[in-house]
Amino acid sequence: MGVDQPLGENILTTSLDSLVNWARKSSIWPMTFGLACCAIEMMATGAAKHDLDRFGIIFRASPRQSDCIIIAGTVTKKMLPVIQTVYEQMPEPKWVIAMGACACSGGIFDTYSVVQGIDEALPVDVYIPGCPPRPEALLYGIMKLQDKISKERNSFGSTIGLGEKLEPAA
Amino acid sequence: MAENHRAVVKLKERFADSILECKEFRGEVTVTVKKEKILEILKTLKEDLRYNFLTDVTAVDYLGQSPRFMVVYNLYSIPNKDRLRVKAPVDDSIDSATALWNTANWLEREVYDLMGINFVNHPDLRRILMPDDWVGYPLRKDYPLQGPDREPYKGRLS
Repeated sequence: MGVDQPLGENILTTSLDSLVNWARKSSIWPMTFGLACCAIEMMATGAAKHDLDRFGIIFRASPRQSDCIIIAGTVTKKMLPVIQTVYEQMPEPKWVIAMGACACSGGIFDTYSVVQGIDEALPVDVYIPGCPPRPEALLYGIMKLQDKISKERNSFGSTIGLGEKLEPAA
Repeated sequence: MAENHRAVVKLKERFADSILECKEFRGEVTVTVKKEKILEILKTLKEDLRYNFLTDVTAVDYLGQSPRFMVVYNLYSIPNKDRLRVKAPVDDSIDSATALWNTANWLEREVYDLMGINFVNHPDLRRILMPDDWVGYPLRKDYPLQGPDREPYKGRLS
């Protein structure tokens, strides 16, 4: 780097964003919200064959320690307040994945009792199509979320009073 | 035939003027009765004819007919391994069967929730599936499928 190791062998320099984003994206703990058949695919994604743990993703069945909520399945109007409560209990920063056709748009359930997409209530970061999506699709969606997290700019700095959060460069 | 069915014979003896129709279709016996006598008939079926298990209570909406609804009781006799269906035409209310079977409590709440039929003397008649503040009865034929606050589906045009 043009500098002759002035800080010694065991010190690295980096930007705050790179460090924070790397830490956040490498240990996403998703709050599971299995509502229908998508939950089965989500469990398969977490199990031995597809193994979410290798991304540092460990299902956390408590909103208080979660970073991300995976809405896996059909959201009924009766379930919506429950989801909103769980979402509000999650600490910032938090992300939302809409898994499957139902969570994205209501899917085939175009009826009086079903919410036509969870984005009517929560800010969705990643939409995963499929009915249900295969584990590979969920994995791809989560990796898309990791990409999104690693592009965030000054999201940590803004929370500790160092300027404003910036729009990510495309 | 339905006329030879043991329970039907007994019911016809005791409640001759309350039986509207007896039918057998593919081995399933259905008795249609007047709603005023429904409790006594169910009590006889349970206590004397050993139909001790109330499998299901449901209702059908015959929109345009009068009376509009048909409440359906599916009974099963565990000792005799025999099923019997009892139906009663209803406009808006019928006596609750909770005094005979505790399971009627939730089954009747479901019918009330989705069809809007009142069960007289039910101990706790409130919605069971839909949210408490829901307006309307979704399984009625005149309830719009996508809810009252949305444009109805018009095939590929919508």
